[in-house]
Amino acid sequence: MKGKINETTQNNPFLPELARIISTHYLTKDVKFFQVRFSDMEKALSFRYEPGQFAMVSVLGAGEAPFCLSSSPSRPGLLEFCIQKKGTLTNALFRLRENDLVGVRGPYGNGFPMGDMEGKDVLIVMGGLGVAPLRSVLLYCLDNRDLFNRVILLHGARTPSDMIFRDEFMALKERVDLECFLTVDEDDTGTWKENIGVVTTLFPKLKKIDPSQAYGLVCGPPVMYKFVIKEFIQLNIPKNQILMTLERRMKCGVGKCGHCAIDYIYTCLDGPVFTYWDVIHMRELI
Amino acid sequence: MKIVKLKKENLFPFLEVISKDADLWAPVKKNSDRHVFKMIDDLTHINLDYTRTILPPRNIILPPEIRMFRATPLEYEPNFSHVAKRILFGVHPCDIHGLLIMDKFYSFMYDDPYYIESRKNTIILGHSCWPDENCLCKSTNTHIVEEGYDLFFTDLKKNYLVWIGSSRGDDLIRMKPDLFEEEIANEDIQSFIRRREEKDKAFQTEINFTAMPDLMELKYNDPLWDELGTACLACGSCSNVCPTCNCYNVEDKPVLGENCSDISRCWDACTLENYSGVAGGENFREKRSERLKLWYTHKLQAYISKYGKPACVGCGRCVVTCPVDINVLTVGKALDGNGIDSFWSRLSKEVTR
Repeated sequence: MKGKINETTQNNPFLPELARIISTHYLTKDVKFFQVRFSDMEKALSFRYEPGQFAMVSVLGAGEAPFCLSSSPSRPGLLEFCIQKKGTLTNALFRLRENDLVGVRGPYGNGFPMGDMEGKDVLIVMGGLGVAPLRSVLLYCLDNRDLFNRVILLHGARTPSDMIFRDEFMALKERVDLECFLTVDEDDTGTWKENIGVVTTLFPKLKKIDPSQAYGLVCGPPVMYKFVIKEFIQLNIPKNQILMTLERRMKCGVGKCGHCAIDYIYTCLDGPVFTYWDVIHMRELI
Repeated sequence: MKIVKLKKENLFPFLEVISKDADLWAPVKKNSDRHVFKMIDDLTHINLDYTRTILPPRNIILPPEIRMFRATPLEYEPNFSHVAKRILFGVHPCDIHGLLIMDKFYSFMYDDPYYIESRKNTIILGHSCWPDENCLCKSTNTHIVEEGYDLFFTDLKKNYLVWIGSSRGDDLIRMKPDLFEEEIANEDIQSFIRRREEKDKAFQTEINFTAMPDLMELKYNDPLWDELGTACLACGSCSNVCPTCNCYNVEDKPVLGENCSDISRCWDACTLENYSGVAGGENFREKRSERLKLWYTHKLQAYISKYGKPACVGCGRCVVTCPVDINVLTVGKALDGNGIDSFWSRLSKEVTR
């Protein structure tokens, strides 16, 4: 080959940075919590992101996949993920321990419009693994509590032992500046003192909300969206103030591999946070 | 833009000179009537009498599989071995438009260095063409090019008129300036005009692309998609031959016997079954009709909404490639209300009769 070129160096958006697992533990029987920090101190401290954004996490030999950041940018330095055991990569992740290395690149996606939500009521509804992206929003709101009006959390799980971050949320119930409601579909322990029923049974407990001044956020298993959105609409929250985050298969995170395409948008560039108005227009979204 | 003249017998001497320190790629004949772009070591193998190559030139810039990284537990080492100094000779206007669309795509919001490095090192020498019954480039307005090439050769039988499209193209001419003539005779201009008029008349197929975004929207739930979905083989051939398809998959393959792994990317196609599958077995587009719809949404609707023109350059490759006649032509006509004229529907009509 006459045209051989020796070296090309260019900004490479596909290049992962090494990150060290600082701590990891089980949240439920198949969901694990990972706290990681970039090996490079400079990078660890300069990494900026928005709640709702995601990162590509890789394990050598097992591949790479998108995971939303569960930590809040208001607590820089450490990145947190909560990850369910599902496929090849997550199985490999579950085998790793503290001090092991993973590849991380990002942050990607649009994130929640935290600026627009300032001064408004923030109503967060989460179920199951939907905790992962919305915990970031919740912590951000609590860390910047004076920026927001009411902060309301509705959290549902199948059983008490399935409730991700149960202890953390139980402790939050003590806060007077947060309206925190927890529920389980069924109580198999007999010791659950909170509400029993699906997450929508928590809506009647809410004090009156001024819908034009409120944002409704939802993330959870597919079946949840339909019912929660119905409640939001009943509360008269405008469609473009109802926000949700979606997942798709992704191989790049930067709008090149095509896998997350929906109609004419890419979930990785234009999402993963969408308004209900977007969803009505793009039939394939949910 | 500057235009110069080149006598036909001077073409090979010119190619000889400019390909001294770059790989020359050009169309060669494969089998009886098909052509491919190939690396040339003997100029006489070049065959310019072709309509379309089997694969578009993007497969030279980003080959079907490239290694992105060799990764060890402590380091990801980027790999750019697919990048080389190349001269691509004999590229038709539709394919140049295809590359222009790829350029835009691969630099949108994030730069993709694997494409951009390779593209930057590729010199494009375009060549005029003549349409056959499957060429749609007049409908897509890609039958002429004004940018995207370094030199463009228009064949006027005895001579070429050569458009110089970039400073890099001008440098090529200056490597052997005595082969070119600055003066273009009136006779040449007349024959150029004649050629252009005749070519314009030679198109046999037409689709109204400007109507497509609205038609896609209006016919989103039309049963025609199910009918096409039943016929589609989900083989992905349409994506492989399309000059504007860009989807890829990433694989992380451990290297046996060594503590490292190769991370490579390879072409993917949205019509393939597991394209939208995620961990845990969920598949967002299980039905073939849904995947076909995505393909056509991208080509006929999405790109038009974003950039004001279709992501189809009218090369006709899907028309000649799809084994069951599902292509821009038949789908476009079906959307336009002319019924589905694919192999499958013709066959089922035969059977029911």
